[in-house]
Parts: sequence; structure tokens; C-alpha cells
Amino acid sequence: MSEDNPDTSAAAGAYWKKNIRLLITLMAIWFVVSFGFGILLRPFLDQFMLGGFPLGFWFAQQGSIYVFIVLIFYYAWKMKKIEREHDLDD
Amino acid sequence: MSTQALIYLFVGISFALYIGIAIWTRAGSTKEFYVAGGGVHPVVNGMATAADWMSAASFISMAGLIAFMGYDGSVYLMGWTGGYVMLALLLAPYLRKFGQFTVPDFIGTRYYSKVARTVAVVCLIFISFTYIAGQMRGVGIVFSRFLDVDVTMGVIIGMAIVFVYAVLGGMKGITYTQVAQYCVLIFAYMVPAFFLSMMITGNPIPQIGLGSTVNDGSGMYVLQKLDESLQMMGFGPYTDGSKSMIDVFCITAALMIGTAGLPHVIVRFFTVPKASDARRSAGWALIFIALLYTTAPAVAAFARLNFNDSVNNTAYAEAPAWFTNWEKNHLIAWTDKNGDGVMQVAKGDPFKGAPEYTGETGAAGEQAVSNEILTDNANEVYVDKDIMVLANPEIGNLPGWVIALVAAGGLAAALSTAAGLLLVISTAVSHDLMKSTFKPDISEKGELLAARVAATCAIVVAGFLGIYPPGWVAQVVAFAFGLAAASLFPAIFMGIFSKTMNKEGAISGMVVGLAFTFLYIAYFKLWNPDANVAENWLFGISPEGIGVVGMVLNFVVALVVMKMSAPVPAHVGQLVESIRVPRGATGAHAH
Repeated sequence: MSEDNPDTSAAAGAYWKKNIRLLITLMAIWFVVSFGFGILLRPFLDQFMLGGFPLGFWFAQQGSIYVFIVLIFYYAWKMKKIEREHDLDD
Repeated sequence: MSTQALIYLFVGISFALYIGIAIWTRAGSTKEFYVAGGGVHPVVNGMATAADWMSAASFISMAGLIAFMGYDGSVYLMGWTGGYVMLALLLAPYLRKFGQFTVPDFIGTRYYSKVARTVAVVCLIFISFTYIAGQMRGVGIVFSRFLDVDVTMGVIIGMAIVFVYAVLGGMKGITYTQVAQYCVLIFAYMVPAFFLSMMITGNPIPQIGLGSTVNDGSGMYVLQKLDESLQMMGFGPYTDGSKSMIDVFCITAALMIGTAGLPHVIVRFFTVPKASDARRSAGWALIFIALLYTTAPAVAAFARLNFNDSVNNTAYAEAPAWFTNWEKNHLIAWTDKNGDGVMQVAKGDPFKGAPEYTGETGAAGEQAVSNEILTDNANEVYVDKDIMVLANPEIGNLPGWVIALVAAGGLAAALSTAAGLLLVISTAVSHDLMKSTFKPDISEKGELLAARVAATCAIVVAGFLGIYPPGWVAQVVAFAFGLAAASLFPAIFMGIFSKTMNKEGAISGMVVGLAFTFLYIAYFKLWNPDANVAENWLFGISPEGIGVVGMVLNFVVALVVMKMSAPVPAHVGQLVESIRVPRGATGAHAH
């Protein structure tokens, strides 16, 4: 268990801090593209056009979904990197 | 070959494929039955998750709902995809590292309490049964519409198929049949969408077509033209909704958080080999889901545009072929209010309730209905929203095999979701109630048998609910999300991100969240449906979105109760520390 080994325990602590920081950043983006651009700011964004899409409408029915996919793969990639740095990968 | 013969052929081949896969991959141990042995490749699991996730409602009904909701339909699009970000970032990898079989397993162990485990089982069974009844009904409806089999017979055939591969194969059989079902359903959804997009915009990619110009020489964008034609008919513009912003916000949030808390979705991530695989697998699942979910809004807009153009102000005598075909299937009806022989589409209901066909034909040759005509509006056309997907192959003048493909796709969507739900119900009974709570000395063989018996009982109950749907099933099926958001999600989330949350806090949070959400929904949907208007809602939040308030209550109650009760035992802190780091993940193990 981690407390038997102070090195692992310290590594686990540092790793968790980095994870939380990354989570907050990514969840903020998640919130902004869907609830922000797609809902709260939609009336404002709809005055701009993306091709034939009003911009807010595009975020609500297309754009937010694409960003969601990118967020998950970025998180998976970044976490793997952080885990290797701390020698905690699986 | 006739279209009918093609439908039998396609549906028959797809069923034979599912059963073949089930026999080939049948489960031999509880680990295989519960989590497919824990060795499923992340991409394969992603595909299985997508099929598990996309139900008959996603396949048949969603595009039609969006077609008539316009911007408001975004709640489904964002709500049913955004939850995967929460799953991948906040839940799946940690639950996989924890390495047991079920959601109640985690809650029971993390909160060191059989009561917590049992409360979780109750939430799980409640959520899953409301969901599954809708799926069996979907199977019955596809059978009756495409195969001329009545709904009851359709449900029984569906039950028999699910029985073979869910009971025999367990999670292992389900996983590989779901992969096949995903391929069938996505192909069936995309082919008509490509042709429809090509027909309306000249661009075959629906996601791009939706933002392109209509190829009728007008030079107008699809959405622009749709807005204009709807406004001329007296509707609001398509790109603007009629729900309040707070309601759109809360419904979207409830669907997202609910998705992340649905047990049959979470357990899919117990089947991959490692915690890091769980993250990647959620990403793949979302790619496979997004393929359909970014196509659906395009199909919705194209179908609505086509509907307006080809039906409104058209004489019934010149109605398109699909109109009269689906009129015979009772999905569409016309009643000539002003006696001019021309179909007028406008805002409002043409008559009271669903059409009751008299079996006779009216003055212009239409299928007559006996409903009380509503004269306060000019609308003469009744449309079942499902037609927006079901009639697409005919609208696009596609050959018979495409219609057959849509029938097989609808069945694949309903069966794959039903199987996933049956599995979590049977696992909750055999593993969480018997093995872990009431009969811990049961042998592995006995537990496997119990799982199969429980799955069989669950199929029978689900089939019964499909054949005799109580009025409330259709009303509450969308609310499984609110209940999951208000009960399971906060308990799992705090179990991972807090080391100090104790059993008293978690249990009271779950109970308060579930009870509040359930009572709010039941009040407006069952006991007093007449009061279900925005003026009476708490903060203007509809029953669909109230799960968010339930979730907040769950968190608040849990934190307050935690402060007033005994701290967690030392071993729980160690458990939380160990699930937070990926190293040391082993296969899901029996215990």
C-alpha cells in the first residue's frame, strides 16, 4: 500500500494534483462549448454565421460534440504521459 | 424480390448472426458473464458501448423529435453525448481500477455498508426497468410496422432472441453481438441520410449538407429556408426554440449527468483490461455515437424541409407515395377541415389525440378518422414523429433493400440496448443481492445459474411491460436519466474524489436525491398532469430537467450529514488512494 513507501506516496500525491488541474481545465472547456456557446451565449453567437449555420446553433447541434471527442482523447493521451513521468502507469 | 421479402431476409440474416455470435462466445464463468473476462479491446468495447447506448429511441425517434423541436432538440444531442466526457474524465478509469463487477459493488465497498449497496441496487433496478420496457415496445413496433406481425408477437420474438444471447452469452456474448448490431444500425442510419443530403443539398455528407445551400436554385441555406418556410406556416423559426433558457440548461445537464450515472453504460468500462483503456474506450464510444448524433440533426432538418415542401398546400390527390403508404400504417393522417381537397400544414393539432381510423375513405380518398376535429387552428395534418426516420428511404426514392436495412437497424438498436440493461439487472440480483448480501456462501456455479435465472425473469417482466405498457412507461422512460443523475452519480463521484465522505452522508444523499426527483416527476407526470406547465415548475425547471436539482440536493445533504457523523475508517482512505492511481490494476476478480 502506498503509505508503506513514502516515494510512491509522494509520487501519487503529485500525480493526483496534476490530474485535478487537468480535469478542471478540460471540464471548463466542456462547460463553455456546450452550456456556454450552445445555450447561454447562443442568442449572441447566432448573429455570426458558419457557412449556413448560425454559430450558436452549430455549437449546440454539431460543434460541442466534436469538442467532446477531442477532450476525451487529449485527456487519455496527457494522463498517460503524466503517469509515465511519475512511474505510475498501468 | 419484393420489399417485404427483402425485409424478412435482412432481419432473418441479422438475427442468425446475433445468435451465431452468442453461441460462439458463450460465457463459462461469472467473470465472463459479468465483465466478458475483462479482456475486451478498448475500440471493440467502444463500439459495443455505442450500440448499448443507442436505443430504439435514438434510432427511430430522435431525428423526428428534433425535426419538430428545432433548436430545442439540442438538449438530446448535447445531453446524450456530453455525459461521455464526464464518464471518461471523472468515473470510468477509477471504477475500472477498483476492478469489481458492478456499480453497487463499488458503492457497497467504498461506503463499507450493505445498506449503501442495497440502496444502489434499488436505484439501479428502478432506472433499468423503466428503460427496458421502452426497448421491448420498440422491438414490437418495428415488427408490426415492417413485418406485418402484431406487436405482441413482435415482442415475443424479440424476447426469444435476447434470451438466447443474453442468458447464454452474458456480457461476453452481449459484447460481440453489440459490435455486430452497431455495424448494422449505423449502416442503416447513414445510407438514407447520405441520399437525403445528396437529394436536398447536392452534398452527400449530412453534417456538411446541413450547413449548405438547398439545390433548388434559390441559393438559400438549408436552415435559412427552413426558418422561412416554418414562419410562413405560422411556426417559430427552426433555429430558435420555445423552451426557456434555464429549462434547456437543466435538461441538458440532467441528461449528461444521468448518462454518466447509468449502470448499464458504466459496467461496459469494467470489461477493458486497464484503467487507461477505460479512458480511451470512452473516447471511441463517443466517436461511434457521434457518427449518428451529428447525422441526426441533419436528417431532422432535411426531413422537415421535405415534409413542408411536399405536403403543405398539395392536393391530396397528388400526395407523395410515402404519404399514402404511411397513412395505411397509421403514422400520418389528413382531415380536410376547409373542404378544399388540399392539405394545409400549420401550428396546432388537427384533431384531439392520436388518430382513430374508421377504415373508410373520405371525400378525396384519404383514410378517414373519427377524432373530434379542432377548429381553433388551420392544421389538417397529423404526423407521428417517427415517420421522419422510417419514411426516409421512400422519400429519397431508395430501393427496397434500404427499407429492409432500416428495419434491421431499428431492431439492432432496440435489442442491443435491451440486452445491456438485462445484464445489469441480472447481475444486480445474482451478484449484489445474493452473493454479496444475502447468500455469501453461494458457489461460482450457483451464482452463474442465479444470474441466468435472474436474466430470464427480467426478460419476461420486460416483455410483459412491452406487451401491456402501463401508461406511465412512456411517460417516465426519459426520466431514468434524472433519477441516475440525482442518485448514483453523486455517490460514485464523491466516492472517488473525496476521502472523507462516509456511509451516512452517501446513503442519505442518495435517498434524498432519488426521493425528491421521483416525487417531482411523479407529481407532474402521474398525479397531476394538468399542472405540468412552466408557471408551476420549481425555478421554471420541467420534470425532464429536475434531476439537476436532485443532484445538488444529494451533494448538499451528503456533505451536511457527513459533518455530523463518524469519520470513515482508515482502510477506506487506502482504497481511495489505490483507485486513484492506474498502476496495479488487475483483471476484474471474483471475491
